[in-house]
Amino acid sequence: MQELRLEGITKRFPGVLACDRISLEVRRGEVLALVGENGAGKSTLMNILAGLYQPDEGRILVDGEPVHLASPADAFDLGIGMVHQNFMLVPSMTVAENVALGMKSLQRGIRLDLREARRRVVEVSAHHELPVNPDAPVWQLSVGEQQRVELVKTLCLGARLLILDEPTSALTPQETDDLLDRLKRMMAELSIIFISHKLNEVKALSDRVTILRQGAVAFSGSTASQSAAELAALMTGREVVLPRNELSGTPGREVLSVRSLRVRGDRGHLALDGLDLAVRAGEILGLAGVSGNGQRELADALAGLRPVESGTVHLDGAEITGCSPREIIDRGMGYVPEDRHHEGIVAPFSVRENLVLKDFATRRFSRLGVLRPGEIQRNAAELRERFDIRCSSTAVAAGTLSGGNIQKVILARELVRGPKALVAVYPTRGVDMGAGEFIHNQLLALRASAVGILLVSEELEEIMNLSDRVAVIYKGRILAVVPSGEATREGLGLLMAGVTA
Amino acid sequence: MSRRFGILYSVAVIALAAGGAAAVAALVLWAIGASPAATFAVILTGPLQDLFSVTEVLVRAVPLILVALGVAISFRSGILNIGAEGQILIGILAATGVALAFPQLPGAVLLPLCLVAGAAGGAVWGGIAGVLRARLDVNEILSTVMLNYIAAQLYTFMLRGPMIDPAELMTGSGTPQSMRLPRAAWLDRLVPGTRIHTGLLVALALTGLVWVLLWRTTLGFRMRAAGSGSKAARYAGIPVERSLVVAMLLAGGFAGLAGAIEVQGVHHRAIEAISSGYGFAAIVVALFGGLHPLGIVPAAVFFGLLLVGADMTQRSAGVPANMILVLQGAIILAIVSARMYLYNPYARQRAWKLVSRLGAPREKGAGT
Repeated sequence: MQELRLEGITKRFPGVLACDRISLEVRRGEVLALVGENGAGKSTLMNILAGLYQPDEGRILVDGEPVHLASPADAFDLGIGMVHQNFMLVPSMTVAENVALGMKSLQRGIRLDLREARRRVVEVSAHHELPVNPDAPVWQLSVGEQQRVELVKTLCLGARLLILDEPTSALTPQETDDLLDRLKRMMAELSIIFISHKLNEVKALSDRVTILRQGAVAFSGSTASQSAAELAALMTGREVVLPRNELSGTPGREVLSVRSLRVRGDRGHLALDGLDLAVRAGEILGLAGVSGNGQRELADALAGLRPVESGTVHLDGAEITGCSPREIIDRGMGYVPEDRHHEGIVAPFSVRENLVLKDFATRRFSRLGVLRPGEIQRNAAELRERFDIRCSSTAVAAGTLSGGNIQKVILARELVRGPKALVAVYPTRGVDMGAGEFIHNQLLALRASAVGILLVSEELEEIMNLSDRVAVIYKGRILAVVPSGEATREGLGLLMAGVTA
Repeated sequence: MSRRFGILYSVAVIALAAGGAAAVAALVLWAIGASPAATFAVILTGPLQDLFSVTEVLVRAVPLILVALGVAISFRSGILNIGAEGQILIGILAATGVALAFPQLPGAVLLPLCLVAGAAGGAVWGGIAGVLRARLDVNEILSTVMLNYIAAQLYTFMLRGPMIDPAELMTGSGTPQSMRLPRAAWLDRLVPGTRIHTGLLVALALTGLVWVLLWRTTLGFRMRAAGSGSKAARYAGIPVERSLVVAMLLAGGFAGLAGAIEVQGVHHRAIEAISSGYGFAAIVVALFGGLHPLGIVPAAVFFGLLLVGADMTQRSAGVPANMILVLQGAIILAIVSARMYLYNPYARQRAWKLVSRLGAPREKGAGT
């Protein structure tokens, strides 16, 4: 394949114009970045390219010839391979076995030619300088290695056009740099469509960029001609200024202190191994780290959802170790959990009900065990306005809202309770820039009202923009605490990888 | 999308499911050589021909409503109570035991006491499964089904042994049944000459109460939250395990009460096969009624109709009454399959778009 062109691709879903006459092209040896907010039409477009959806109008041309992609198999035959954001690997199988899963050519009757699969893995990984051990079971590999396995798998299947959907979202900064390097070197014989939210990566890797907004192409051209800020403005249709912590004011007393905390993870290992942490009133403490280093267990333990093996947690001077979630909530702990769909909201419940999920039993919303629907509705109307929650009515199921709006529901619920401390875990993961900006502003406003905030994130930019101090978590311990004025991307990146100078 | 459309959509999906079930049943009827049209006609219209049959439909509907209310509470709370059949039997034993133990008490005391005893008995039986699930994570489907077996054997044992009517032993006929309850424990008949009793009023009153409980109380809020999103409920400080136990106590209580009302209102003594599968049919009723109290009442009446109609087909059309079980099975399958469309907001959205596109010009005229 020398060139792939999309011409005037239009795709309608009932009531939604997902793709509106989108045209783009990518040539061999070139990286095209495809950026846009959630709902801009990126996934629909890529699903059309992967043969999952049929366009209503428009055509797809490979080397000038119109092609019809009726199924994913057709796309594969043309050499179009997609690497999904969430890895599609079977953890208990080895790398070679995972690769063999998708390869029909390896089937010899009922037998699977694993030796051939292994040979192909070795060959492809050597050719493209993507080192992977074909015999390692996938569960033993780091996230960065799994990412390479995904690439090798797709290449083994004969892909010449790689579609990478937010490939760096789970990587450390070092792993990200490493991946971008390798991709650059692979480019000569391949084409790549690189989907990302992170504009600095788009700048670093791509030759050309196509920006989608509300289903249509908002910009298409060379990446070098636009600054990251200009790209952001094109993406959202307005100037986006991600708010920054001005580091004004002096933090007060410690509102959240954690001492020598030891907590077990789901698999029984010590996920937190003697962790110390202190958050003061009116400060944001950023907790940086690659996910899986104990962040989830720490947040759960602070909320009383996970038993504490040893160590103590104090909230505003009072010990809350071993207290029930209800007691901890009543003492003023706010929590924006990691999995907003399953932990943050009861998805089938209305927005209204979700907004009082923690407070329905208070005197404001119930009397003698009987709910007061009028008051619950008034509360929802008020918060919807104040937090700009976009929904057709507060009676709709919260699970039908977009990620950013769900996050606003959760944030609204937590903030109006007037917490003393707030634990926010990946608060802007996967939300679009507009919602992200709003959430950041809310966190800063909360800081200004003397709440202590523990911000758990893997986005260094978010951490560095918002935090007063940055703590780096690695394998269940705090490796270092750095004032955010002294923190650098490189320095934090090394700490996140466990390197102490 | 309007709320009204949402309700219409649910009704349409359920109607389609019922149609599918009827088609399956028709196929089976045709296969055994009966005329589907004639059989359906007898089932659906036969019971409506005279007053007695109509009241019989309601007699069947009473236990179905009560048990289905409990099933709805449990399902909405995230615990699937399949054990109503056993809970009914324990409720019957408890109510009968109390009535026979205190025959001299005045009706104003004895009658409610028996009802409470029945509910308490069922609650204990259901509560066992609730505690097992909450404490030991025992699957409630497994435990309630097993408890059904135990209850059935216990029931038979009591009726053949400790509780058997001494008269049966004297005459030597040995029919496994208890003594007749004292008259003070009987529920009054609503219409003379029929079997319909005041239990119907109890069932209707409780229907309203369950609606209030689920949607207007903090207890109901907790239970529904635990049922619809146990993880988020836990994160919001709601004690999910406790709510499971409460739900099973209530579900068992409703089934036990249904048993007590059945024995105090209809049979006036504990006999074998008294429940005749109400515990299972009520699960279908609850699902058919959309797990909503106001849907359960018509669903229960409909199933009462089917049960009475099935008896009639046996007599008039020569189709075995067990055919109704086939129909029930088909309905369960259809409803379970339809659930995907009932609760999938995207499917609902698609239907809404379709309707608004098709019906846009006529919408005002159609009144929707």
